[in-house]
Amino acid sequence: MKTLEELKAIREKMQGQVGLRSEDANQTRVVVGMATCGIASGARPVLTTLSDAVQTKNLTNISVTQTGCIGLCQYEPIVEVMEPGKDKVTYIKMTPEKALEVLEQHLIRGQIVSKYTINSEGRI
Amino acid sequence: MYRSHVLVCGGTGCTSSGSHKIIDTLQAEIEKNGLSKEVSVVQTGCFGLCALGPIMIIYPEATFYSMVKEDDIPEIVSEHLAKGRIVTRLLYNETVTEDGIKSLNETDFYKKQHRIALRNCGVINPENIEEYIGTHGYEALGKVLTEYTPDEVIQTILDSGLRGRGGGGFPTGLKWKLAKGNDADQKYVCCNADEGDPGAFMDRSVLEGDPHVVLEAMAIAGYAIGASQGYIYVRAEYPIAVDRLEIAIAQAREYGLLGKNIFGTDFSFDIGLRLGAGAFVCGEETALMTSIEGNRGEPRPRPPFPAQKGLFGKPTILNNVETYANIPQIILNGAEWFAAMGTEKSKGTKVFALGGKIKNTGLVEIPMGTTLREVVEQIGGGIPNGKKFKAAQTGGPSGGCIPVEHFDIPIDYDNLIEIGSMMGSGGLIVMDEDNCMVDIAKFFLEFTVDESCGKCTPCRIGTKRMYEMLDKITKGQGTLEDIDKLEELCYHIKENSLCGLGQTAPNPVLSTLRYFKDEYIAHVVDKKCPAGVCKDLLSFVIDPDKCKGCTLCSRVCPNGAIEGKVKEIHVIYQDKCVKCGACMEKCKFGAISKH
Repeated sequence: MKTLEELKAIREKMQGQVGLRSEDANQTRVVVGMATCGIASGARPVLTTLSDAVQTKNLTNISVTQTGCIGLCQYEPIVEVMEPGKDKVTYIKMTPEKALEVLEQHLIRGQIVSKYTINSEGRI
Repeated sequence: MYRSHVLVCGGTGCTSSGSHKIIDTLQAEIEKNGLSKEVSVVQTGCFGLCALGPIMIIYPEATFYSMVKEDDIPEIVSEHLAKGRIVTRLLYNETVTEDGIKSLNETDFYKKQHRIALRNCGVINPENIEEYIGTHGYEALGKVLTEYTPDEVIQTILDSGLRGRGGGGFPTGLKWKLAKGNDADQKYVCCNADEGDPGAFMDRSVLEGDPHVVLEAMAIAGYAIGASQGYIYVRAEYPIAVDRLEIAIAQAREYGLLGKNIFGTDFSFDIGLRLGAGAFVCGEETALMTSIEGNRGEPRPRPPFPAQKGLFGKPTILNNVETYANIPQIILNGAEWFAAMGTEKSKGTKVFALGGKIKNTGLVEIPMGTTLREVVEQIGGGIPNGKKFKAAQTGGPSGGCIPVEHFDIPIDYDNLIEIGSMMGSGGLIVMDEDNCMVDIAKFFLEFTVDESCGKCTPCRIGTKRMYEMLDKITKGQGTLEDIDKLEELCYHIKENSLCGLGQTAPNPVLSTLRYFKDEYIAHVVDKKCPAGVCKDLLSFVIDPDKCKGCTLCSRVCPNGAIEGKVKEIHVIYQDKCVKCGACMEKCKFGAISKH
């Protein structure tokens, strides 16, 4: 290593990954339903896509975790976004592409992607 | 990239309780469940709660599993890692509350801790330099090489108020300044990793959990004093630490963070490992350097101090592992940040190895000035089995016992010396009412007698005579004159020994004499051991009113010292009794007691 820039490049590459190992009450939690219903309807690629994107973009204030059955099996894969001090937002019938859109619009820019939320179904 | 990291402790404590097997099984199970691309298994250094090992933390949920067994792994993988369902029965019980699962940082053990030296222990993989870089590793080295003059580095360390964590508490910046001031063609930076106090394992844990921090700090020290070569003197009994240091040095060289022209500057620095054979005296600075030179590890008189004539006769600085572990953080966060923690004369934090009669045996890092009561009762979880706190021993064989009346003393260098103990390297052994203080003093003296190098007479012969007197007292053959003589000899050895080993060897005796003289007197005058430890002063007796004549005691007695027929009162023959206590343990009626 001959320059500080090289060190910085490694640091930035690793920071997102090591940043996964932190515990902070002020973090935004993104929870993916990963019970049998979720997995069957394709929650796993949604989870890994979100997790990879958060680490690549070094978003250490966001933690992507999994949970069991959320209870709305027909709407799986479900992704819930819980920001400290705000109401929970529930996104339904997620795909990796839709999840990335949510990440860009909601988690980074702060605008809820209403077309994917559970309210968009018009039932709840 | 992985969505989940499973951190398994690979420190010495958890390794000995089987964490390697757990890692292997875990990897096999993850493979079997098709999760190898999503979940990464990371072997880390010590998390601190050694009593509950093997320990596993799963991120991003930060789920803390304790006392994990191989059989539990399939459940953890299929439930937690695959389906996100936490295996509640394996959780550390302190994190389970009525309102759900509490964060680990909220538990009593971690809440009061402040981790600087241990910040990466249990967080990163110590065998991967990139993980260290990912937590701002080597940034401090880059900063000093490109932005600071050597004098500015030394001034920062001086301003921070950092004092040597090996026990003496000498200001680190001053040590560096003295070495910088001595011109020479070659200077050396040494790291004292010869941790030898019984019950101390702070340095081992830093080396095992975060070896790069020591390398980085030594390079910073080398830049500050003008040295191009460093040596780490580590005991061969720390095989995991030695392995990880070797890996770390090789990786640092490969990344150009050790070697020639670091970061493209004129500064070149390399580090060599030297393994010690485990002699306690080699933790003393002059003996350590003599040993690195290839000679028998014996101390030599000072002056000249190492900063003038140290290793191979050249100016040398020698710091302890934990001291080095603070350096990069001081550079990155500033001297004021560090000086804001702690007490007036002791800044920052201190790592303690908690041991003895305490619930949470393990490793803790607390701000200086935390009271002993907080450490024992809150962080340590108190004393098991409802026993009463009697004393805490700090500083190992060089330190002393702190009695209950000083329970609320803020822990720092000067306070501990004032009450007759010392910081030492950070072993903290808790004792309860079942510990005999004379026996404790004897235990430490036995250690110093063994470890005295024999070069100077006061230590070689004096400690031996002290041990003999203590032995006599614990056997009930001592007199009051012996106690006086013992005390006199203590002062003589303290004043006349060549090195720190002898100068501090009488401390365990002096401090127990100061606070627990009544126990010495009980041994000498009443021929009793109040704690019921010293075997020669004990007798086991059967209470005739309670004995039912079940014959159980006579059957377990290894020496045939108990006689009696079925349904008749039994008797212990004192001349045959070896005082093993087996009969007392077995008796179902509580008829046997010791006096």
